[in-house]
Amino acid sequence: MLIKVRKPWELREQDVTSQQLYVNRRQVIAGLGIAGAAAALPVSALAGAFDGAIKTDWGKDELPTSLKDITSYNNFYEFGTDKGDPKKYAHKLTTDPWSIKISGECAKPGTYALEDILKGQDVEERIYRLRCVEAWSMVVPWNGIQLSEILKKFEPTSKAKYVSFKTLYRPKEMWGQRRNFIDWPYEEGLRMDEAMHPLTMAAIGIYGDTIPNQNGAPIRLVVPWKYGFKSIKSIVEIEFTEKEPRTSWNIRLPREYGFYANVNPTVDHPRWSQAKERRIGDFFRTPTKMFNGYASEVASLYDGMDLRSFY
Amino acid sequence: MMKQALKTRSAKVVAFGLSLLPLGWLAAIGPDGWGANPVELFNRFLGDWALRFLLITLAVSPFARIFRLSALLRYRRMLGLFAFFYACLHLLSYLVFDQFFDWGAIWKDIVKRQFITVGMLAFLALIPLAVTSWTRIRRRMPTQLWLKLHRGIYFITGAVVLHYFMMIKADYLLASLHGAILIILLLLRMRPAPRAMATA
Repeated sequence: MLIKVRKPWELREQDVTSQQLYVNRRQVIAGLGIAGAAAALPVSALAGAFDGAIKTDWGKDELPTSLKDITSYNNFYEFGTDKGDPKKYAHKLTTDPWSIKISGECAKPGTYALEDILKGQDVEERIYRLRCVEAWSMVVPWNGIQLSEILKKFEPTSKAKYVSFKTLYRPKEMWGQRRNFIDWPYEEGLRMDEAMHPLTMAAIGIYGDTIPNQNGAPIRLVVPWKYGFKSIKSIVEIEFTEKEPRTSWNIRLPREYGFYANVNPTVDHPRWSQAKERRIGDFFRTPTKMFNGYASEVASLYDGMDLRSFY
Repeated sequence: MMKQALKTRSAKVVAFGLSLLPLGWLAAIGPDGWGANPVELFNRFLGDWALRFLLITLAVSPFARIFRLSALLRYRRMLGLFAFFYACLHLLSYLVFDQFFDWGAIWKDIVKRQFITVGMLAFLALIPLAVTSWTRIRRRMPTQLWLKLHRGIYFITGAVVLHYFMMIKADYLLASLHGAILIILLLLRMRPAPRAMATA
């Protein structure tokens, strides 16, 4: 009779992780987090947990740009002005811990840890077109939260007519900030109704995973009907203001970049036409749509405004 | 030694090969290396090298003078023609890849966008220089006229640096570097009279 003696390294069938468990491990881990101490879990521990994000109809007919292109072609001057620079240098950025200072016209100012801000929020997946002022565009599957859900928490007062945002200033990790071609830190702003608009989003993920540093980790703005530079990255300050806030590109080149920066094919940039755009991955240019194709949602915000003077 | 080597045919072949390196590099990195926006990469890369070859061409005479290598002067025409070659590719990349023969948009660009106006003028101004570099044509031209025409390369290079500056959004570092090189080359050109040189 032959008795097979199993060596310690010989695994049996029952030792194998079931394929189902293996495939769904991210949801399982995320599930454990939610069932257990979700609140105590740092954001980074949920990496990849957006697989379970609530799907929305936004952009369901769009073909998303490849993750490789989205993460290797970036305008994030804090890491250098070449579009390949952010991918090369953004790994130096530490995003944990992360807090955001809330100030201005609201009932609950203060400095909040990012996980406290995100606590209890539903993460959605929305596929949005992103149109850069430089006449190229992408389609990005964002994971994030409707910005209004976040802003509401701080109870803006009736005096809050605008919201201003600031990017992190940390030249040690963001070498582009060592040279002053922009008056750092980067600042952006929205009118209150734009900020509270259901399309406006705070993104924390791309393609179901934690947002890469070069795309604005750990939290960035996404305003799909405006040129990309409005969608400020790596936010550390939010201020509710009565007056229109300063914005970095407007300070740098006021004739070229206005406060509104709505995508508009009929108003050219002084140095190039905005009538068409090159979708990354395409050879031919495609016509640019008014408000980047979101006119039915947002055109009413600008009723009666001359979009030529409020560019 | 060096002087003799520079006069050989094989040295010229080597210089020719070296001048093709930027284009070779572009081909070698292939679609993967071209990244998300190849059109933008081609436009900028080819434009950069057109300007660099203009600067290299301008650097030849001061270099030859300082290092007493008059044999270098034989390379000026080839280097200048390479500047024209990269300028042609730069323009073609814009006309074909960027605009795909959308003549309406191209015409609007040339007329309305000042940096394109300047770039296009610089290109047009290069054409007579390239054409008259042909030995046969050169021989038929009065020397003074030929020299006058070819001194225009300084203005053209200046216009190209301006074209570069005008397209920048924020960071002028690289354009400034190219501009500084042009200024240095111009200063070297404003040398003291040849008499002073002889005693130097």
